[in-house]
Amino acid sequence: MAVKINNNGQKIWKRRDRRAQLQNWALWLIGTAIFMFCWYQISKATNWYFVWDAGRIASDIGSRAMPPKWSYINELWKPLWDTINIATLGTLLALIVAIPIGFLAARNTTPSKLFVRPIALIIIVSSRSINSLIWALLLVAILGPGIFAGLLAIAIRSIGFCAKLLYEAIEEIDRTQVEAISATGASNMQIMIYGILPQVMPTLAGLSVFRWDINIRESTVLGLVGAGGIGLQLQGSLNTLAWPQVSLIILVILFAVLISEWVSAKVRGAII
Amino acid sequence: MLRLENFTKQYATGDMALKGVNLEISSGQVVALIGPSGAGKSTLIRCINRLVEPTSGSALLNDINLTKLSSSALRKARRRMGMIFQEYALVERLTVMENVLSGRLGYVGFWRSWFRLFPQKDIDEAFRLLQRVGLDHMADKRADELSGGQRQRVGIARALIQDPELLLVDEPTASLDPKTSRQIMRLITELCTERGLAAIINIHDVALAKMFVQRVIALRSGEIIFDGSPEDLTPEVLTNIYGEEDWEATIKQEENGNSENGEADKTVKDK
Repeated sequence: MAVKINNNGQKIWKRRDRRAQLQNWALWLIGTAIFMFCWYQISKATNWYFVWDAGRIASDIGSRAMPPKWSYINELWKPLWDTINIATLGTLLALIVAIPIGFLAARNTTPSKLFVRPIALIIIVSSRSINSLIWALLLVAILGPGIFAGLLAIAIRSIGFCAKLLYEAIEEIDRTQVEAISATGASNMQIMIYGILPQVMPTLAGLSVFRWDINIRESTVLGLVGAGGIGLQLQGSLNTLAWPQVSLIILVILFAVLISEWVSAKVRGAII
Repeated sequence: MLRLENFTKQYATGDMALKGVNLEISSGQVVALIGPSGAGKSTLIRCINRLVEPTSGSALLNDINLTKLSSSALRKARRRMGMIFQEYALVERLTVMENVLSGRLGYVGFWRSWFRLFPQKDIDEAFRLLQRVGLDHMADKRADELSGGQRQRVGIARALIQDPELLLVDEPTASLDPKTSRQIMRLITELCTERGLAAIINIHDVALAKMFVQRVIALRSGEIIFDGSPEDLTPEVLTNIYGEEDWEATIKQEENGNSENGEADKTVKDK
């Protein structure tokens, strides 16, 4: 901000003074240059022959995929059911673990800021930093292929997400409500269920349906690495170049995600 | 009944909130604690039930030194001290009944409180108290549906169901309109008389304090600088407490206030 007085004694206000204005221009210039350079590098590394060809290939696959093979749907009900189960049970399992971790990680409820809180935070970070597809790869190797590996992969990936959002909500609660409950002579556990839990309940419910919604989408691809669900069928169809089956599977996934989106929106609306 | 000896609180920032306060309150005595913002009024009552840990000195409730209690003994002692808050401090998403019954948490175990299985005599008492504060038809409403005055009544019921001997009241009227403020102050002082409770009431509104209590204590920067009856609050004394200002209106307001008492009383009963 810059206020100057001109010859008439009038006060002139500008958003930036000259120095800040020049800095601003310089930053934009550097930013644009970096962008152009990156663009040039990517362009050099691209095999443009294939890119120019892309439209023809895509329309070729498209024409082979149409119409979807509707009769194949009867083989999809079971994997679709598995997918929904992986997502739902995975989310439930994650919540059971994430709720205590959230309380241990929140600054105002952790029993020890020095020891317990860092451990809880490490659990949260390590769960969040690895994609569920990679968890599934690991777990398929350990547990063998199947739904159970997928379920665990979803659960492990979700723990960090749920615990992080929960502990942030716990740190933002109204402290006087907690004070009032402690002033009655309530124990720490009672303070938790009367003073804290009701305050974070909307967040907890909201993040659960949100995570469930994400997990439906994530569990559709877990089959690609052998962790059960509709992804298995997708991989099989892709490998055998059965394009009409692929298009049907994609339609089914789209439909399932739409439904989950609708359900979670309804549930969230009902809670808040 | 309550005796503070050389009661001191120094915050981590180095601020001395209480500088060796000595104070004795006898059983059933209602005391107004006045003083400018930042004088240490809130700190004083929070140090008594140790929501804030006092630095040194002692607080004796019936000859038990509260400052030395272990956490489980402190929980037992807190049951005998009800607290009423400025912003009501109700648990917003629980019902009125749950809020009132939360005053019994010190007496019931974890699983009973988790499943809301309070003893029938607690529930009877909760209904009695809700009726006394004029809210028995609101038992199933959620706390965030109530108006300010109604919330403070729930707060009062929650404090009383603890079966306390002492009420710690922190600015009970600061968020309420003038008429509701009087009703709430009247309710608190009446209930103290009915049940023979002692109370420390932090209050900004000097005129309101003078209307309802027999003893006023003034705090300024952590020290008691006045302790006497409301009549002794002369302009000179108020200047000493708060600083230079025209105090005639504050003192005169008391007489006007008394004449309105009858009318306000009726409103309480109508509700």
